[in-house]
Amino acid sequence: MSTLRLTDVRKTYSSGHLEVEALRGITMSVEEGEYVAVMGPSGSGKSTLMHILGCLDVPTEGSYELAGVDVSKMTETELAEVRNRRIGFVFQGFNLLPSMSAWRNVELPLVYAGLARDVRRARAIAALERVGLGDRVDHRPGELSGGQQQRVAVARALVSDPALILADEPTGNLDSRSTADVLSLFAELHDSGRTIMLITHEAEVAQAAQRTVRIRDGLVEQVVAA
Amino acid sequence: MNGIETFRTALEAIRSHRLRSTLTMLGILIGIAAVILTVGLGQGAQSKVSAEISKLGSNLLIVTPGSTTSTTGIRGGRGSSSTLTTADASALSSKQVAPDIKSVAATSTSTQSLTVGTSNWTTTVTGTTPNWLDVRARTLDSGRFITQADLDAARPVAVLGADTVAQLFPRGQAVGQTVTINGSSFTVVGVLAAIGTTSSTTSDDDLAVVPQTTFATRVSANSTRSSVSTIYVEAASASALTAAYQEADALLLTRHGVSSTAADFSIASQQSLIKTATSTDATLTILLGGVAGISLLVGGIGVMNIMLVSVTERVREIGLRKALGATPSAVRRQFLVEASSLGATGGVLGLGLGVVGAVVLPHWLNQPVTISPLAAVGAVVVALGIGVTAGVYPAGRAARLAPIDALRNE
Repeated sequence: MSTLRLTDVRKTYSSGHLEVEALRGITMSVEEGEYVAVMGPSGSGKSTLMHILGCLDVPTEGSYELAGVDVSKMTETELAEVRNRRIGFVFQGFNLLPSMSAWRNVELPLVYAGLARDVRRARAIAALERVGLGDRVDHRPGELSGGQQQRVAVARALVSDPALILADEPTGNLDSRSTADVLSLFAELHDSGRTIMLITHEAEVAQAAQRTVRIRDGLVEQVVAA
Repeated sequence: MNGIETFRTALEAIRSHRLRSTLTMLGILIGIAAVILTVGLGQGAQSKVSAEISKLGSNLLIVTPGSTTSTTGIRGGRGSSSTLTTADASALSSKQVAPDIKSVAATSTSTQSLTVGTSNWTTTVTGTTPNWLDVRARTLDSGRFITQADLDAARPVAVLGADTVAQLFPRGQAVGQTVTINGSSFTVVGVLAAIGTTSSTTSDDDLAVVPQTTFATRVSANSTRSSVSTIYVEAASASALTAAYQEADALLLTRHGVSSTAADFSIASQQSLIKTATSTDATLTILLGGVAGISLLVGGIGVMNIMLVSVTERVREIGLRKALGATPSAVRRQFLVEASSLGATGGVLGLGLGVVGAVVLPHWLNQPVTISPLAAVGAVVVALGIGVTAGVYPAGRAARLAPIDALRNE
């Protein structure tokens, strides 16, 4: 069964009278439990694709099914719920809230899901243990290294048990040691049956995935199986 | 996201910008404290004035020469000389003509120097009738009040106020002593019990009361023998006050042979005096309260300004929260709660400052400050309302931010 399926997805941005076609008809699908990398140079439409995959934006044309539900025509409020329940994000800049401890950062998706505080804490700590930070739950992001911060972000992506983990340049701000760390974490998650989509421009990072989708000029250029 | 979580998040945001939040709250705090204190001062002054006028005696009508427009209290040009006489006073005390009038006291006053031995003291000398004591609701501390016999024989007797006694007879024991007024010797026959009110010009405890007849012959040389400056009329009961007013008005109009539009006297009730005296205070209170209200408005604009800055500054946080599943309405609520918490906290602290001011200020101003529970609750509600109002626009902006634009902001 497919976790996600894009059918002829187009995205046109218009600023004034100028129209820019960022995506020009992308059709692809990702099966449950797959580990897929999306590669492409800057300006290829990679970021736009990631926004649509992450339900942060909707396509101008075409359909996008996530876990069997068409999300391409949803309202902002409905999309918020889909992001909350079905997608775990890992960003290049970690995007942790600096004033909150690690576990408070990890519990955030559960706060918006409306879970009780003790349930949230238990699940947040379990997720942090999963990424090897069981002894850092009360540390603030500023007290953690870059690699540790990105692992907190991975724990946050895991905590709501989403259908898809979407990582946008997750190693872009990390040194090679931390990069290896995070990639091995993704490999572990993949082994335990998670669906992972990793967007990157680094070939060695993409090699970790089972298959690589190359994007150029808003179209799928090539699909490479590992 | 439930209410408790929204509240917790808002408080964390406020705490993480301590200085900025404190300064923002300060605007609301000062505004609320200013409003509470000005309104409290106004109410204090009003209740002080009404309390003093109430002490004049209950069910009292005060007839004075000259005409007064009853609604505004502005005295007309008529009647610079006294048009009221002792005969008017006796006519008013007739039970046949004015059944609702219980008693009448005509008074004339003059400022005189009182001498005892080598010490002297300037005070108000009142010439009146024995009824004065009842009509003005006064009591005696020692001795007796002037009697009808004193009045008939124009005896040189005087009843002194407590403060006057304290000035002239520092060792006490005034009854039986002699005091010289305007060259004539008066025997002190009684001392009035103190009532403790002071208006800006005169004290009700600093006076000398002598018989009306004696006053006319010995104290006030330039007043005609029968003229009086004020006639105090006591109605039979509070409910008979209106009837007593109409009877006195009709009787005096007939006696003076004038129509009501050309009346050469005016009648004020205690209520009308309170109304006139407090209405000027009320006007001042509204004016000052308005100025204080403007400072509150400025405080509200401060909250809005800071919330707008906060939204701009936290674009990334808002984007992240949205990516993690915050709906637009959850984001809106978060910022609204934040703004209203700033407003409400400022309001509560302002109320605290106001209460402290209400305790401290009377020591400096010799003016009571009354803070009613209603004003206190109202102030906090207003502060909360200002917070909510100031939060609506910034919260709307935060809610409308697109998550991709918010996240892109590196």
